Amino acid sequence: MMGIDTVLFSIIPPFSPNLIEDVRAMLGFDFMRYALLAGTAIALAAGAVSYFIVLRHQTFAGDALSDVAFTGALGAAVLGINLLVGLFVGTVAVALGIGLLGGRARARDVAIGTTLAWVLGLGVLFLSIYTSTASGSNGAIGVNVLFGTIFGLTAQQATLAAWAGAGALALLLLIARPLLFASLDPDVAAARGVPVRALGLAFLVILGVTVAEAVQAVGVLLIFSLLVGPGAVARRLVTRPFAALALSAGLALVFVWVGLTLAFYTPYPVSFLISTLAFCTYLLVLLGAQGQRFWAQRVKTAPAKKEPEELAVSRPT
Amino acid sequence: MPGALADAVQLSWNLVEDIQQLFAYHFMENAYLAGTLVAVVAGVVGYFMVLRGQSFAGHTLAKVGFPGALGAALIGVSPVIGLIAFGIGAALLIGALSAREVKGQDVAVGMVLAFSLGLGLLFVRLSHFNNTTGVYSLLFGSVLGISDQDIGPIMLTTCITLALLSAIARPLLFASIDPEVAAARGVPVRLLSTLFLFLLALAVAEAVQFVGALLIFALLVTPAATAQQLTTRPALAVGLSVVLALLFMWFGLAIGYFTPYPSSFFITSFAFGTYALVRIARSGSGWLGRSRHQVQAKGEALS
Repeated sequence: MMGIDTVLFSIIPPFSPNLIEDVRAMLGFDFMRYALLAGTAIALAAGAVSYFIVLRHQTFAGDALSDVAFTGALGAAVLGINLLVGLFVGTVAVALGIGLLGGRARARDVAIGTTLAWVLGLGVLFLSIYTSTASGSNGAIGVNVLFGTIFGLTAQQATLAAWAGAGALALLLLIARPLLFASLDPDVAAARGVPVRALGLAFLVILGVTVAEAVQAVGVLLIFSLLVGPGAVARRLVTRPFAALALSAGLALVFVWVGLTLAFYTPYPVSFLISTLAFCTYLLVLLGAQGQRFWAQRVKTAPAKKEPEELAVSRPT
Repeated sequence: MPGALADAVQLSWNLVEDIQQLFAYHFMENAYLAGTLVAVVAGVVGYFMVLRGQSFAGHTLAKVGFPGALGAALIGVSPVIGLIAFGIGAALLIGALSAREVKGQDVAVGMVLAFSLGLGLLFVRLSHFNNTTGVYSLLFGSVLGISDQDIGPIMLTTCITLALLSAIARPLLFASIDPEVAAARGVPVRLLSTLFLFLLALAVAEAVQFVGALLIFALLVTPAATAQQLTTRPALAVGLSVVLALLFMWFGLAIGYFTPYPSSFFITSFAFGTYALVRIARSGSGWLGRSRHQVQAKGEALS
């Protein structure tokens, strides 16, 4: 991993003030074109899924499914089957398991936790079998799945990731309307005849597919950042659901493009840059909301300063 | 290490002999001692974690150990300091962010997790940390590599965590079961929540360097979840959670010793198997109990 980056760093042109020239320089490299192609598709799919994850409070499920990819990849390596098959089977099976086991929020939390702990234990077993049978290997495949490297894609992998990302996005948009209803108000949606449970399961499966297709290209870390950050930011900025959905996908796209560009010109890893971008944007938005509330309160309470104290007195002790 | 040992040791039908074999090596004594301490802390802290629906926070705090240990190695201090600093930092950050979130903690926890994993990757690159075994030992730990000097710190943090937790146990229980009523009665719910996250971070940071992020998480969540399926009485549930954590730990270590496979796999499998069985049995008995209740009610109505 390290070696490739250092070599690349020595041959790429330095950043110039001429932006068009910079873009042309970036696109002159095959690895960069593949990274942008796969990154764009993954960002759009993950960004759209992200909005629903945040809306449905299923961040833990997103994390669990990303971690499951680790077990899936090692399982595939042990059994000698295609990596992609292992990833898809692992994530979709666990997505279904979580969907069927979990009920209300607190029960869901425990169901995901216990399942995740066991699946990771299974991953350790696969790792120990894999490292003891395959001579000379030290389980690098697992670390690759954890951190991935978007700059090391082949043309075939990039095309596959692009198609899979487009497929997941299309599926999600297909059920977006009822899913939105079911996520915002499950009780009313159920009363109106919307199949809330089936939609929840379908969403988890789409989440699993998105993770599986993205993980082998960009790694668990990057996909998880894209599954949480854009949705968390978009939901704070816009209240209209479809606008927030679009904004979430757009933000994911911006994070990926800026992250790839920064990584091209600096020696820092892409996944780190993208997760940091997402986190800083989230912090800024939170602080912005805080500041806004602070000013609004000051304007409101300026004429009548007694109000907060009266509220405090009314609290029973 | 376990692979090589598996050829030397063999399970016999004589249980006393097996146990003698188990403790023939000093590292197994240490593993059992440390494992016992970790299991006790995890059983107690895990009860509150599951009760409060904070499994995700526990999982995140376990994973934060990864950038913590790497960052400490990078600036040349002891990994314990990095683990504790990152754990407590993450706990405080989760507390601060989730107070500003819409509903629930999960988004704030997720953001902290993603960012800290990104930092971990950065530290991996900066430290030219090329061997994957190092990454794995942080994530999955090695119970079998605990030295005599490690036992002291584990004992100390175990005592501190348990003492602090028992000091806030009563109000914490109240605040966890019914936060609104507790707040109305003047219980400092927010403060308790942050304190608990702090304790969780401490318990995890202590354990993660010896048993790995995976195992500490499994010991936190599964025994407590099983105990809460079995009883609603808090004291009993805490006791049951500790006993289950100990049993999983002891059996897992023993079987890992006699087979070439990692003990963490057996520990997590026992835990998950027990949880699954209890849930199946409970849904079965719930159904039975309901029908018996109906029969009884019918009988009473008839008489």
